[in-house]
Amino acid sequence: MNDPSVDPPTSVPAPGTAGPPPAIDLAGHTTVGDLTLDVRLKVQPGELVAVVGPNGAGKTTLLRLIAGLVALDTGSLFIGGRVVDDATPPGFVASHRRHVGWVPQDRLLFDHLPVAANVGFSPRATPERVTHLLAELDLAGLADRRPADCSGGQAQRVAVARAMASAPDVLLLDEPSTALDAESRRRIHYLLDDRERPATLLVTHDPGEAAGLADRVVELATGQVVGDAP
Amino acid sequence: MSQPPVRAPRPVLAVAVIGIAVLALPLAGLVQRAPWTSLGDLLGRRSVLESLRVSLTVSLIAAGVVLVLGTPLAWVLARVEVPFRRLVRALVVLPMVLPPVVGGTALLFALGRRGLVGQWLDRWFDVALPFTMAGAVVAAVFVALPFYVVTVEGALRTTGDEMEGLAATLGAPPLTVLRRITLPRLVPAMGAGLALAWARALGEFGATITFAGNLPGRTRTLPLATFQALESDPEAALALSLVLLAVSLAVLVPTRNRWLPTR
Repeated sequence: MNDPSVDPPTSVPAPGTAGPPPAIDLAGHTTVGDLTLDVRLKVQPGELVAVVGPNGAGKTTLLRLIAGLVALDTGSLFIGGRVVDDATPPGFVASHRRHVGWVPQDRLLFDHLPVAANVGFSPRATPERVTHLLAELDLAGLADRRPADCSGGQAQRVAVARAMASAPDVLLLDEPSTALDAESRRRIHYLLDDRERPATLLVTHDPGEAAGLADRVVELATGQVVGDAP
Repeated sequence: MSQPPVRAPRPVLAVAVIGIAVLALPLAGLVQRAPWTSLGDLLGRRSVLESLRVSLTVSLIAAGVVLVLGTPLAWVLARVEVPFRRLVRALVVLPMVLPPVVGGTALLFALGRRGLVGQWLDRWFDVALPFTMAGAVVAAVFVALPFYVVTVEGALRTTGDEMEGLAATLGAPPLTVLRRITLPRLVPAMGAGLALAWARALGEFGATITFAGNLPGRTRTLPLATFQALESDPEAALALSLVLLAVSLAVLVPTRNRWLPTR
């Protein structure tokens, strides 16, 4: 149910202002296990926001909430100006209709499919886009390999390529650079440092990565935003 | 990384050996008394071949029905918050612990000509299941279905639903996720569950004799033929038992890794 104490986020531009609605517009709260996430967050199209904070702060839950794997208890969530969760069952838009790309911390590659089929899994992935991403992330030589035969760094790049191949409006990256060598990290950062990129939430423990890539850094602690700075 | 060898305390080892003996001794007796020299002749008899045909027909059709009914049932039990889920799961597992003759009696009162549903099948569709091969299939499905559902549901729980959630975020609708992620990853468990269910259907006795009778060429399966032969032709009974033992071992040895943890 909607909580009247939480103002619904305004996703329509104010009168006199122009431009597209925010890519992400969240004002709501949810409880998962011991964690209560209570967040207000707006991310503009093309903006890259780093999400930092200690373990258990709710960073991963925030990404899962936007991906549609966790539902709001109160409040609402807009993606690209469209409400995808208003804390009611009819107002909940399922993950496959949200146009988000999610790279979870543990990658979750489809181990029964080769690398190329993983990257091209999304119905929105075009062959050209898949070929481009395989080349950009130095995965072309691994296209027929099973994920089990990839190194940790290679698997991480496959996960990033798979999410980006789905042409998402919002990209959700959960520690994408963990366990990567310098070259793999550089390739992922190069892809993210692109004007055409979707709005991106990047969960990271690396202050250097946050400072180097992000337009803004949002700090979470115990499920709440405690810092929001460029 | 290999594990260091574990040395069992002697008393534990001794009791474990007794446990193995309890299970292995009856089988040793069977093998020792088997009429090895006349085995070919005994198994080539028309009545034996007929029972084998009935058993294979009934158990294979039952396995197909189990596959079709059991896969969605296992998925629902593993993934969906159904009301009274504990009760539903207990109901699914019940035939595993229920005496088969009770199962057969229940089937008779449900699907018999004057049964709860059977009377309508008879009246509206002119279908009578008791004492037919179709009835033997129903009895086999009743006892075998839990083995498949428990195996597949366990595999679904072990693999978790995170990967399905991720596939959904990539834009795959639920049926695509089921077809391209869930089912392909489930194939080994489905194979193991199906092998167990088929073996159980092949060995079914109590529910079959109660619900479908013991009619040669129609419902007399290998276990029923074995029971029949025990009184009149013990050597034939031994030969048939060996066949069933061999089939059971052939199914269990390769599938054990799939449904029980092994080192």
